[in-house]
Amino acid sequence: MLGLLRVAMRALAVNKLRSLLTMLGIIIGVAAVIVMIAVGAGAQARVEEQIRSLGSNLLLILSGSTTAGGVRMGFGSNLTISEDDAAAIPREIPETMAAPALRGTAQLIWGNQNWSTVIFGVTPEYIDVRQWELAAGRMFDATDIAGATKVCLVGQTVARQLFGGADPLGQVIRVRRVPFTVIGVLESKGQSMMGSDQDDLILMPISTARKRVLGASNLAKQRSVGTIWVKVAEGYDMKTAEEQVRSLLRQRHRLQPGQDDDFSLRNLEEVAATQEASSRVLALLLAAVASVSLVVGGIGIMNIMLVSVTERTREIGLRMAVGARTRDILGQFLVEAVTLSLIGGLAGIAIGIATAVGIAQFAGWRIVLSPESVLLAVAFAFTIGVFFGFYPARKAARLNPVEALRFE
Amino acid sequence: MAGQMIPQLIRTRGLTKTYQVGDNEIRALAGVSIDVAQGEFTAVMGPSGSGKSTLMNMLGCLDRPSAGEYVLGGRRVSDLASDELAAVRNSNIGFVFQTFNLLARTAAVENVELPLVYAGVPAAERRVRALEMLAKVGLAERADHHSAQLSGGQQQRVAIARALVTRPLLILADEPTGALDSRTSLEIMALLQELNQGGMTVLVVTHEADVARFARRVLRFRDGHLVEDHANEKPDDARAMLRAEAVPVTISAEASA
Repeated sequence: MLGLLRVAMRALAVNKLRSLLTMLGIIIGVAAVIVMIAVGAGAQARVEEQIRSLGSNLLLILSGSTTAGGVRMGFGSNLTISEDDAAAIPREIPETMAAPALRGTAQLIWGNQNWSTVIFGVTPEYIDVRQWELAAGRMFDATDIAGATKVCLVGQTVARQLFGGADPLGQVIRVRRVPFTVIGVLESKGQSMMGSDQDDLILMPISTARKRVLGASNLAKQRSVGTIWVKVAEGYDMKTAEEQVRSLLRQRHRLQPGQDDDFSLRNLEEVAATQEASSRVLALLLAAVASVSLVVGGIGIMNIMLVSVTERTREIGLRMAVGARTRDILGQFLVEAVTLSLIGGLAGIAIGIATAVGIAQFAGWRIVLSPESVLLAVAFAFTIGVFFGFYPARKAARLNPVEALRFE
Repeated sequence: MAGQMIPQLIRTRGLTKTYQVGDNEIRALAGVSIDVAQGEFTAVMGPSGSGKSTLMNMLGCLDRPSAGEYVLGGRRVSDLASDELAAVRNSNIGFVFQTFNLLARTAAVENVELPLVYAGVPAAERRVRALEMLAKVGLAERADHHSAQLSGGQQQRVAIARALVTRPLLILADEPTGALDSRTSLEIMALLQELNQGGMTVLVVTHEADVARFARRVLRFRDGHLVEDHANEKPDDARAMLRAEAVPVTISAEASA
């Protein structure tokens, strides 16, 4: 085997330029596969990260819509769900945690700065349910809800826009003229999958939001909310949880069988699965396109090996005359083709990794280099060598020694 | 073989080879029966198309006869499979070709080693035996030279070393001097004669009478038939001719004619 390898290396060294040009196809193919897998996996990792930041074990309940004079409004225009619904969910389904939220927008003022942002009136469970972390300070507690205290937490964007470099903790900001003390700063969450800034918001006790800030807007029912986030315990089936929550709400809202839900229930796991699936398809597509060039490279190897067999017909004849069997000749040319493709493959891996790192550096794309993709590329190169080397090698091995020796 | 003083090394009976060319069937060899004893120096002669090359391919186990029997060293080889023939060639036959057929860009010693590679001899032993053979043909100093760095005569001597390295039963030389000048030809014939004196069976295929006169037996072929089997009682001594300085001139005049 080692002897065959040496013979192959020598044969390839005899025609260095030609060997290099032959390898070029494999080099480009392998490099392309490595880069495409790295970029595809990077995109996939990004999507997965965004899904994690959203929380995939979440159900989102939205209020129903109103119809006013034939004009149907969007979800949340009619607040059909309430804080009481939110409280009932974990009580009836112990595997869940529920956090109601009221949403509004307001202009914030601090000193001579002002900033328009989104206000969420929530309960203390909210940051647990959404899996948000605090960068500083504390979350408000049940006492704050009960007393409707004027405290709030700010997101990173708000902190940056309103306070600049100053420490927001303990500062008093005005929200629609009502003074609020900042008691906490949220950790950055980055962009959502849809590209909106998840840090541009403030949180305050739901009771305070209802009474002090959002009181002027359309809040017919005193306990109603726009959304309820439901976190389902790890390992509990999301589908089951979804059905339990649905039937609980239908029961609480006294809906007859056959009647439409007066709320909308969304399972974020499904959204996440769809997103992941599409990013996986994209990665697969990239790899498939790249592997086309590998096949083209393989055909290049077959081409050159056929030329090589013809050129070396006399050599083959001589080897046969001195005792080479069919399998010796077959092995020799097969090893040559595989050596060609493996060396090309290794060079392709080096170039592929360098290119992927370069893309990460200069284009700022997220890449993921996995040992699996490198192994895959090597296996691919080897397979191509065997596959496209077999026909020329068999052609060589089947030569008639008499004719091969006489070949001019 | 047992009991005989000189065992028959080659025995053919009715050896026939036919080729199909279009609608015509060409009989390259038409029932040839010959016996060659161990230690003989035989020249096979004939014009081109006489069937001597076909006979050489048959005797060298490079091709199978269409009909007839070939026994080499007591073993019937005329109907072996191609891989078995390869093994027979490897261990029993040493080939010497007109065009040397050395591997390009390969050192002389590695060329000599080649048959041993296919015999499965370990690398270290291969090297020792190859160097031994190169010394025997007087090229110990040139072991690392590539064929392009060797003269024609030196290349043919490397080829002879390669033919000898597996300790074969016979050396089959196909026009061994066809690509060489007269003096070098004489050197090669001297080497073959010396090998023969050492007990090696040598069979030379040639169309030159100049080559045949060194053989002790001459087989003449025409149209696929053996037409003359002639014993040469007093073959020329190539070594002696080399020593006599004037001789090469005559040889070159005859060879170019």
